Amino acid sequence: MSNPALSADGLSMSFGGHNVVRDMSLNVGTGELVGLIGPNGAGKTTMFNLLAGTLRPKAGVIRLAGEDVTDRSQQGRCGSGLSRSFQIPKPFARMTVLENVMTSAQGQVGENVLSVLIRPGAVAAQERANVARARALIDFVSLSHLEDRPASVLSGGQRKLLELARVLMTEPKVILLDEPAAGVNPALLDLIIDRIADINSRGISILLIEHNMDMIARLCSRVVVMAAGRLLAEGAPQEVTRRPEVVDVYLDGMPS
Amino acid sequence: MEYLAYAAFFLTLAMTFSIICLGLNVQWGQTGLFNVGVAAFVGVGAYTSVLLTTPATPDRIGGFGLPIAVGWIGAAGVSAVVSFLVGALTLRLRSDYLAITTFGIAIALQLCFQNIEVLTGGVFGVGFIPRAFGSVQANALLFNYANLALAAALVVVLYLVLEHLARSPWGRVLRAVREDEAAAQSLGKNPAALRLQAFALGGAIMGLAGAVQAHFVGFISPPNYLPMLTFQVWAMLIVGGSGNNMGAILGAVLVWAIWALSGSLISEVFPADQQARAASLQIVVIGVMLCLLLLWRPQGLLPERQTISKHLGTRHDT
Ligand SMILES: Nc1ncnc2c1ncn2[C@@H]1O[C@H](COP(=O)(O)OP(=O)(O)OP(=O)(O)O)[C@@H](O)[C@H]1O
Ligand SMILES: [Mg+2]
Repeated sequence: MSNPALSADGLSMSFGGHNVVRDMSLNVGTGELVGLIGPNGAGKTTMFNLLAGTLRPKAGVIRLAGEDVTDRSQQGRCGSGLSRSFQIPKPFARMTVLENVMTSAQGQVGENVLSVLIRPGAVAAQERANVARARALIDFVSLSHLEDRPASVLSGGQRKLLELARVLMTEPKVILLDEPAAGVNPALLDLIIDRIADINSRGISILLIEHNMDMIARLCSRVVVMAAGRLLAEGAPQEVTRRPEVVDVYLDGMPS
Repeated sequence: MEYLAYAAFFLTLAMTFSIICLGLNVQWGQTGLFNVGVAAFVGVGAYTSVLLTTPATPDRIGGFGLPIAVGWIGAAGVSAVVSFLVGALTLRLRSDYLAITTFGIAIALQLCFQNIEVLTGGVFGVGFIPRAFGSVQANALLFNYANLALAAALVVVLYLVLEHLARSPWGRVLRAVREDEAAAQSLGKNPAALRLQAFALGGAIMGLAGAVQAHFVGFISPPNYLPMLTFQVWAMLIVGGSGNNMGAILGAVLVWAIWALSGSLISEVFPADQQARAASLQIVVIGVMLCLLLLWRPQGLLPERQTISKHLGTRHDT
């Protein structure tokens, strides 16, 4: 069998003596869409921070397509095809929607000040290609009508969509989506679900954190359940969510 | 007639301050780098150009007698390299440490100008620096206006280049880093490398300004590059509006005008033996003006505008 697109082996992380992720392992196969679920505070977002390189694990190994990237910087991992969205979206608020998406293109010649001055032709050619791609992605997430507006005017759901377009602009092989449907109004929810399925059908592997079980059931073939930083269960969504230990942590963890 | 010549002299110097101010705007206004060693980078440029362009002198190394244009380019280049090295060492530090380090480096470099006599002429400085349009020097009016035209042209070119950069992918990613560094990093951007580029570019511009000033005045010495210069340039940028290239130019002209006016006023009002002490009133005037302005218009006279990167090609809606 070929290497999984993304794998984590024995990851641990603690904040001030508080163990938030403990000996966590998971795999995302190439082209797979895996759900990462668990009650609030289970350590899911921290897991994303470790996978994306925002945080360094205390122990464990992270592999991208079989290659050990544990010591690679966040930027390096993005360059190798791993992109993530944030639970609380981080748009570049005073930049336009188009600029937000343009910024995330990788390998831009024009990001070097000397190239801008010395190789204007190469910079312009790349910009033209990137603008076309950025606009296609903005269409894809249905934000075309807001293309030239600053990102600060977007609603919560639109910000999630913008993050999706920004992530796709990096031409990723694996994407980590942190609650892409949280706080999204029902009208946008179907659009977001549809777009995630579409992205996955193009062969991009996805790890998806989500509290919306309906969405998980519709999108994922497999889910990984985390509780108190540990791996609790793994399997098909319908089956796993019926297991007593999983039901228990949700009942304990959720405000009733 | 004399008045007209003085106006050109004054404006030419204001243009050289505008250039320094544009350099600081790249570092602070666009990137948020707190450089408190501006004077040193100006000085490095000035001494570099002087070294390259003055005729050979027995008691000084250098004196290559090269054309002034080569001096300008060399000044920008050497200042860029020095800023790059300083930046590589210090930009990882927290911003308050960057301020302290640049201040320290500026003091150290100023002491170098003063003490490495074989290179810099020591405390006596260097005179007889070749001047642009030196052949018409006898005609003060013509000479000053020719230099003003040259300096103003340089400011215009620099302004256009910097505006172009602000609208380029480089300006865009710099703004992204300023808006949300964590998000930029997650999208594969390297904030440290981008800051370093901005710091080196700003330093290059300051060095160029030092060279232009040296070739206009015709004489440089270490006291030109004391922290007072840094203070003046910061005052100019804050008054004009940091983050706005036009503001940087306006602030430079205005603050330089107030500086020069208060200077001549002091020399009128105070007797000769009091003037050295009275000169510190100039600093008070600028300081008070800064305080008032910051109360009235904290973003400066021309506040930062929203920059939008250039769009290439039009959208074909289907
Ligand atoms: N930077 C940090 N410093 C200290 N504690 C942290 C930090 N980040 C997360 N934590 C703690 O780690 C635990 C796990 O947080 P995390 O955000 O990973 O949970 P989560 O599973 O994503 O929860 P949610 O579903 O609410 O988003 C929480 O108790 C949180 O308070
Ligand atoms: Mg979370």
